[in-house]
Amino acid sequence: MTTAGRFPEPYGQSGSGANLADILERVLDKGVVIAGDIKINLLDIELLTIKLRLVVASVDKAKEMGIDWWETDPALSSSARRNELAKENAELRERLERLQELAPGSVPTEEETS
Amino acid sequence: MSALRYVYAVCRPLDAPLQAELTGIGGAPPALLHHHGLVAVVSTVPEADFGEQALRARLEDLDWLSATARAHQGVIAALSTVTTPLPLRLATVFRDDSGIRAMIEAREDDFRRALDRLEGRVEWGVKVFVEPEPAEPAAAAAAKPASGRDYLRSRRRHSEAHEERWQRAESLARSLHDRLSRHSEDFRMHPAQNPALSGASGQNVLNAAYLVPRAACEEFVELVDRTKDETPGIRVELTGPWAAYSFSGEEA
Repeated sequence: MTTAGRFPEPYGQSGSGANLADILERVLDKGVVIAGDIKINLLDIELLTIKLRLVVASVDKAKEMGIDWWETDPALSSSARRNELAKENAELRERLERLQELAPGSVPTEEETS
Repeated sequence: MSALRYVYAVCRPLDAPLQAELTGIGGAPPALLHHHGLVAVVSTVPEADFGEQALRARLEDLDWLSATARAHQGVIAALSTVTTPLPLRLATVFRDDSGIRAMIEAREDDFRRALDRLEGRVEWGVKVFVEPEPAEPAAAAAAKPASGRDYLRSRRRHSEAHEERWQRAESLARSLHDRLSRHSEDFRMHPAQNPALSGASGQNVLNAAYLVPRAACEEFVELVDRTKDETPGIRVELTGPWAAYSFSGEEA
């Protein structure tokens, strides 16, 4: 019997076992908004939320399903950002080398610039 | 490394203590900060995670975000067993307790009004899905259409079945929502969750939250349960009870 004072029994999984999408929908989008001392641009969070809506029930489950695109999306993953930087660096180095081969002398080599 | 104060919720003084073993974000135990007859539920978090720069980066880390969101919800859920909390949005952070006291003073009228409005009420989440189409019977798939006309006819039958399924789902969602809104004090419509990735099968056609007095919950749950087998090919999902997250914002 549910009484006026008692918290009703959970239905399915609503505690910490609940679907991540259901939790994020509430803790990121709902609840009282208070400007604390640490100011976070809510627009950033909302953009993130839109992406997350596209995401998952749980990260592990998504990984099991082979859904891991956010790991390579620079907006969602810091390691993806690092990878992208590394890739860009490698491409630039390659271009520099090609230029050096094409026109020896006209492009300074690494030894000459350092 | 310096520390910051994270605020989970605001509530009235508790009649019963929080569970002794309750932990919040980063495993820190939540504490109660009393001020002006209200209580802020707080814990200490590292500036390395919650400083402005760091937090922006952390929020983009899905694993961190999911652990933090679950810890936040864990504290709110524990509070809900002993009081009716007003949940704050994730990552509400202050430098120290005096900042939190000043915030309570600035907002106390709003807090009291919202706490009065939500006292003794919880939120239930209800979602309706159109189940994925059953696979074509093997025989029908194997049999080659005798003519172009047969082919077009079978295509039309297929798309009519699809259309009918959607109409059934929409009308079920509408009638369920009508019934549930009559058995609740308030409701909010949330955007549909993406089917491909939410882990749930089927297309989400209703994603709503209902504000229900605790005493009326049993009836509300039964009402949803009864609908579950009403229409083949349509799935109804119930989650809760949640703290009244969807109703704690602006005055309705």
